[in-house]
Amino acid sequence: MIQPRLQLTGITKAYPGVVANSNVSLTVMPGETHAVLGENGAGKSTLMKIIYGSVKPDAGEMRLNGQPVQIRNPREARANGISMVFQHFNLFDTMTVAENVWLGLARESLEQVTASIIAKANEYGLDIDPQRPVHTLSVGEMQRVEIIRALLTRPELLILDEPTSVLTPQAVEKLFVVLKKLASEGCSILYISHKLHEIRELCTACTVLRGGKVTGVCNPQQESNASLSRLMIGAEPPQLEHHVRQAGESRLTVRQLSLPREDQFGVDLEGISLDVRAGEVVGIAGVSGNGQKELLYALSGEDCRSPAGSIRMGNRDVSGLHPGSRRKLGLHFVPEERLGRGAVPTLSLAHNLMLTRNDALSSPKFAGGWIQVKKLEAQASAIIRGFNVKAAGPRAMAKSLSGGNLQKFIVGREIDARPTLFIVSQPTWGVDVGAAAQIRGEILALRDAGCAVLVVSEELEELFEVSDRLHVIARGRLSPSIAMKDATVEKIGEWMSGLWDKSGRAAEVQHV
Amino acid sequence: MFKLEARQEPSRFWVYGAPVLALLLTVLVGIALFIALGKNPLRGLEMFFWQPIKSTYALGELAVKATPLLLIALGLSVCFRSNVMNIGAEGQYVIGAVFASGVALLAEKTTGSWIVLPILLAGIAGGMAWATVTAVLRDFFNANEILVSLMLVYVALQILGFLVGGPWMDPGGFNFPQTKTFEAGTHIPKLIAGSRMTIGVLLALVGSAVLWVFLFRTRAGFALQVGGIAPAAARYAGFSSRQALWIALMISGGSAGLAGALEVAGPIGQLSGFLPAGYGFAAIIVVYVGRLHPIGMVFSALLMSMFYIGGEMAQSRLGLTKSLTGVFQGLLLFSLLACDTLVNYSVKYKRAA
Repeated sequence: MIQPRLQLTGITKAYPGVVANSNVSLTVMPGETHAVLGENGAGKSTLMKIIYGSVKPDAGEMRLNGQPVQIRNPREARANGISMVFQHFNLFDTMTVAENVWLGLARESLEQVTASIIAKANEYGLDIDPQRPVHTLSVGEMQRVEIIRALLTRPELLILDEPTSVLTPQAVEKLFVVLKKLASEGCSILYISHKLHEIRELCTACTVLRGGKVTGVCNPQQESNASLSRLMIGAEPPQLEHHVRQAGESRLTVRQLSLPREDQFGVDLEGISLDVRAGEVVGIAGVSGNGQKELLYALSGEDCRSPAGSIRMGNRDVSGLHPGSRRKLGLHFVPEERLGRGAVPTLSLAHNLMLTRNDALSSPKFAGGWIQVKKLEAQASAIIRGFNVKAAGPRAMAKSLSGGNLQKFIVGREIDARPTLFIVSQPTWGVDVGAAAQIRGEILALRDAGCAVLVVSEELEELFEVSDRLHVIARGRLSPSIAMKDATVEKIGEWMSGLWDKSGRAAEVQHV
Repeated sequence: MFKLEARQEPSRFWVYGAPVLALLLTVLVGIALFIALGKNPLRGLEMFFWQPIKSTYALGELAVKATPLLLIALGLSVCFRSNVMNIGAEGQYVIGAVFASGVALLAEKTTGSWIVLPILLAGIAGGMAWATVTAVLRDFFNANEILVSLMLVYVALQILGFLVGGPWMDPGGFNFPQTKTFEAGTHIPKLIAGSRMTIGVLLALVGSAVLWVFLFRTRAGFALQVGGIAPAAARYAGFSSRQALWIALMISGGSAGLAGALEVAGPIGQLSGFLPAGYGFAAIIVVYVGRLHPIGMVFSALLMSMFYIGGEMAQSRLGLTKSLTGVFQGLLLFSLLACDTLVNYSVKYKRAA
């Protein structure tokens, strides 16, 4: 009988107040691509850190190729043939690819390392120039460097943590080719993700975690998205209904908005033009760090340096207005960062209402308004009930809520204000599947009620689900819009690398 | 082996328990200190904790010293809550006193007590003017307000020294660095006959109540605090950080200036080179021991006032140096900062592996 490559039995790890892993077992066979599926907070990361030796389990046994092992740190893990590619890269920007890889392998000379990088790159089709400095690489290329670095240790087990979250669809396909080749050579792969379609395409086995416990082991290729998400969240997400509707007048008009970056690591916005009309959802796709943050700051008014006339709400020029004034005109915005921007972590939910809502204030002339605490708390309770927020009550601190519940509260706070223009960034980032479906449903309901909605997201799937039209942002420039019925993942993926000029010219002319 | 373990949420018990434990530790170290100095520790503690409260007169003196501490601390707490680190309250206090003295010196023998109001307003204006320097440098030149406000304390001291040693010096004052004694009309009304307590005590208490309302019941107070805890959230909400800077510095400058006016036209009765007693710095400790809370600061101001009086008592009765006041104040703040760890961490005993 073949020995399993990796076998975990009864792994338990508790942190104060939370059991991250409870009696988790996991078996990975040689050459198997094994998915670890679970929502945020299900215990995936802790489990991987235990395998990689950076966290010590409270109980349980780990066997590699049948032998019991104690892995005390990542170096021992690598010595035992385990490599890991993290979600966040560990590369020095100012050094070349070869120098970065060399750092971990001090015993060889730089020339030897360069040669072995080229050899590995050719073997797996991971096209990369070892002499290039890392800061000139795209995110996808940086990930290739990380993978090559992992492969140079000749791993028997490769762990990948959410590897596709930063990639364009084309880059994902390339990555899958490499992973499939690796698996065919007998390397076992542990693939952590919550993207069901990827797992079904790539993996031959799957362990599902929920609340730190294993809720199922299956072959994802024989499962449906619905059955996998049942295992993952215990319920099937409700289906969204997307009716085609006639869009009304333009509520947000952006014309030739150019804005130099505010901080040195930011992105300059160049000639952005955009319309959001009443009763439609406009999506903006793009790999993170391509100007989304800067554009949203400009639209919300947090950055009000925009040149006069570049941003209009209806007929009103709002380019120089502060967030409060734009809010009075009906713009409500849900930012990407929940704690610290969308909500103050150490204040109660009720008090957090006052960031964007003035309903519980009386006599506005007196020091900005008198806070009616009872009314404020009642309003918070209504939002908690209305949007199914799991919270101890209106006095619960914002930071005591899980990411998904806080997001529901913030979205609820803004939607409850009955905006005429609603802008939301990464509406479901880090949010569990159930809450994500609810939030997307709210966005569509808002649209059906005649609100103009702009959604900025890195999740293409999400944008395809909710948008009527789609733009792509790349390197601070915005593509022309494309109607949802004409959009394909391939085309949007191409645009995400900034290549819309050839296909986009015609559309742009038509638009103006 | 003891280990600190992060708590899931801050302990409610230790939020209030930490100042008490800190006071206890201060007393214990104090006892050790008295023993090391060869003094009876009980006598020493008596000076600090019993003498200041043993009679009505003593209580009055306690309130006299607590009043400027509380007034300055109230203003500073607004600054610290909005993350404007104004360390220069001492300077604002001194300039407030200078402005108030300028008005008080105009009074003649016949001037009625209506002059008290202009004196107090001048004090507030002086404190605000001095805080304006910090605000302008911070707002328009992005200068660090900690350094600027601190350095301005020394500038204020030089201005005071120049005035009381030059143009404003009392010609019949044997060359002491002080002005002539203010006329009777300028005296801040006394609260109780026979005590040195003035209506300043009431002003400080009313100030504490007003601050509570401002911080916890008005949107302006809320906006100010959001700017302090989560600047990105304040920007998102549209609360102006410039406005917060100015409001905070004007409130703290004004209250420090008021404290200065109450002091020169009250217990002291003249502007003197010996006016600065470190109230502006001690008030920083009052703020943190009082948990930046308007009511908490009433108690911590009384405590710090006890240390001031205790230090003087220890000097006159036990022949100890007056620096003990500073030692006790420092000990208290130090222990409090240490005890604050318990709010967010619990101590666990673990056998060494």
